[in-house]
Amino acid sequence: MQGHKTVLVVGGTSDIGHATAKAYAGAGWRVVLAARNEAGARRNAEDLATRSGGPVEVRALDVLDTPSLAPFLDRLPALPDTVVCVVGELGEQARAQADLDHAVQVMRTNFEGPALLLTLTAERFEARGSGLIVGISSVAGDRGRGSNYVYGAAKAGFTAFLSGLRNRLSPRGVRVVTVKPGFVRTRMTEGMKLPPVLTAEADEVGRAILGAERGGDVLYVRPVWRGVMAVIRAIPEPVFKRLKL
Amino acid sequence: MIEIAGWGRYPRHRTRLLAPRDAASAAALAAGRTGVVTRGNGRAYGDAAIGQAVTVSSRGLDRMRAFDPVSGRLTVEAGVHLSDILAAFLPRGFFPPVVPGTKFVTVGGMIASDVHGKNHHREGGFGDHVEALTLLTPSGETVDCGPDRNPGLFWATVGGMGLTGTILEATFRLKAVETGWMVQRTVVAENLDEAMAGLERTADATYSVAWIDCVARGARFGRSLIFAAEHATRAELDALRPGAEPFPAAKAGRLSVPLDLPAFTLNRLSVAAFNELYFRAGAAKAGQPFLVAWNPYFFPLDGIGDWGRIYGRRGFLQHQCVIPPAAAKAVLTAVIERLSRRGSASFLAVLKVLRAGSGLMSFPIEGYTLALDLHVTDDVFPLLDEIDRLVVEAGGRLYLAKDARQSRETFEASYPALSRFREIRRGLGAEGRVVSQLSARLGI
Ligand SMILES: Cc1cc2nc3c(=O)[nH]c(=O)nc-3n(C[C@H](O)[C@H](O)[C@H](O)COP(=O)(O)OP(=O)(O)OC[C@H]3O[C@@H](n4cnc5c(N)ncnc54)[C@H](O)[C@@H]3O)c2cc1C
Ligand SMILES: NC(=O)c1ccc[n+]([C@@H]2O[C@H](COP(=O)([O-])OP(=O)(O)OC[C@H]3O[C@@H](n4cnc5c(N)ncnc54)[C@H](OP(=O)(O)O)[C@@H]3O)[C@@H](O)[C@H]2O)c1
Repeated sequence: MQGHKTVLVVGGTSDIGHATAKAYAGAGWRVVLAARNEAGARRNAEDLATRSGGPVEVRALDVLDTPSLAPFLDRLPALPDTVVCVVGELGEQARAQADLDHAVQVMRTNFEGPALLLTLTAERFEARGSGLIVGISSVAGDRGRGSNYVYGAAKAGFTAFLSGLRNRLSPRGVRVVTVKPGFVRTRMTEGMKLPPVLTAEADEVGRAILGAERGGDVLYVRPVWRGVMAVIRAIPEPVFKRLKL
Repeated sequence: MIEIAGWGRYPRHRTRLLAPRDAASAAALAAGRTGVVTRGNGRAYGDAAIGQAVTVSSRGLDRMRAFDPVSGRLTVEAGVHLSDILAAFLPRGFFPPVVPGTKFVTVGGMIASDVHGKNHHREGGFGDHVEALTLLTPSGETVDCGPDRNPGLFWATVGGMGLTGTILEATFRLKAVETGWMVQRTVVAENLDEAMAGLERTADATYSVAWIDCVARGARFGRSLIFAAEHATRAELDALRPGAEPFPAAKAGRLSVPLDLPAFTLNRLSVAAFNELYFRAGAAKAGQPFLVAWNPYFFPLDGIGDWGRIYGRRGFLQHQCVIPPAAAKAVLTAVIERLSRRGSASFLAVLKVLRAGSGLMSFPIEGYTLALDLHVTDDVFPLLDEIDRLVVEAGGRLYLAKDARQSRETFEASYPALSRFREIRRGLGAEGRVVSQLSARLGI
């Protein structure tokens, strides 16, 4: 399939990752899925290959295994045109307050791992002079709230990282897109009561990410979130700290 | 606990809803539970896809597994939607062997209801095209079955309304088509006799179905439009519409739908007016064959979204019966007379010829099937009870995927394989464990 572009989706078992890969495969892209759970990713790869009729590859990757990141990228069949990193972990706020190991896990999974992988990706894209980097962050990083600030802080770090990367690379032909999906019905939010207007389906997020190929910097999948978060950010701290959020 | 309903939004029941992410978690979640049934996309109208205590959604079993473009053989998990199969394979020249009137159904649901399409008279039900399926039995075992492997369990599962366990995966063949267009012929039938004769005459068409006006009286009683169609070949497309996209997307061709439902209130006048318009629009197209895109031909109602809402909060009932050929004329006449007397009858009544189904509990028997929509009012229940009696006395039966209210008596009198089905359920350990609101209501 020469002439086809390639997308690498990191977090190939995630619902958002799978939906993203589906959107790309449907548009004729070659897909490589990276995941730490290879069997789970293979199920998704079979699905993508069956739907699209094109080849789909699976590669093993744990983004917390720092030394493995560079070799992982260098062993890919080719440097992808687009890298989408959906890796993340919501964790449990109460547990993260009491159990430092859990806090470390949430911080590293949402910030350190993805940021380091994208650092190495950016280096290669910069050398080539092209590429699109998509990072899935969260509106939770727009302002720390009592109910999920460990996750939120890690996502805030990732958002800032992506913003800086975009700032640095935009003159060099490399685009960086920050995705803030809002609520999405996935494994991560299973069993939670989510307000329908604010909640997207994974496929909606996948299509929006593919749409970012055409342009954009910070993507709120459902536009209402932009307004919601503007309001949340505008609340003065003396008031905000009293709210149960 | 949440409250769920079928597509008709009647009846509503409370249930726990579980959504396993894959086959292994489906097995783990179902282990040791009672009062469980599987739910596909909830397009059954009544209470078939609501568990007595627990409903297991196949939503997470939505992965396709393999496709062989030479044979057309496709293997998918049971929660895959028909609409996804169409989106993935029609552009590659393949069409599902059987499709119901909506594409928003799952493969598991199509097997469990052994759904019939407009080609049932020629090509049978969906179950007839299934080569293999994987069933999660109530004991937690995963069993492969097909017409050639565990055929007893297979034919109990085809049309078995989810009552033998959860279908996890299925293999069936898609058929090769040259285009996504249909060559349609419309035949006008001025009354019921002509309609039945017309359906017989169009029986050589791969697809054939009639829309019947249940409001017209007198000489036009039972007037119908018969739609017969074939998949258009490339040559036909080039001749009839040069330059057209050979595989139009689902949205394309919407305007050629002869059916555009306005959100009117369903009183006698508006139904009559609608029927008149529809009939005239259809009659105007009679004669010459013309092209229709696959989506409006097979799935005219899918364009309307949540169309059930026009029936208001109480929901609506769909009633679908099949009547053996010998009694068909008399019973159809009696049924339509009652509906026409009621006035605010169904505006969408569909008449079609079926052949015998293959599953133990499959709905189709040889005869004529009539499907109607009625909104829920107090007087509709006794009316339908009376219709059920007429149907069952004539050797006919009702479709369980549409049923929300028939009595145990009519059901037991009309599904002679029931005792065999109960035996198979007992053997599987399904009795008392795999229980839907429908199976509890009907004593299956
Ligand atoms: C607009 C419209 C038009 C229709 N037209 C037709 C038609 O032309 N012909 C026709 O035959 N039907 C027709 N139907 C009915 C529909 O095709 C059936 O009810 C079908 O079973 C719905 O599939 P589903 O995935 O929504 O299943 P559900 O409605 O969720 O479930 C239906 C039955 O299948 C069982 N089931 C679902 N998934 C599984 C599984 N994985 N394993 C075991 N059991 C399972 C359920 O327990 C239940 O008994 C129509 C329905 C609508 C709304
Ligand atoms: N769902 C929402 O409402 C929502 C809202 C805002 C943002 N997001 C973000 O969207 C992204 C995708 O989430 P999702 O909803 O699709 O949930 P998900 O299915 O839980 O996705 C998380 C993914 O991250 C992977 N992962 C975790 N740690 C990893 C590691 N060390 N190495 C490699 N992969 C790792 C997981 O792999 P395993 O399968 O191996 O665990 C999984 O594929 C996340 O970044 C999440 O924070 C989600």
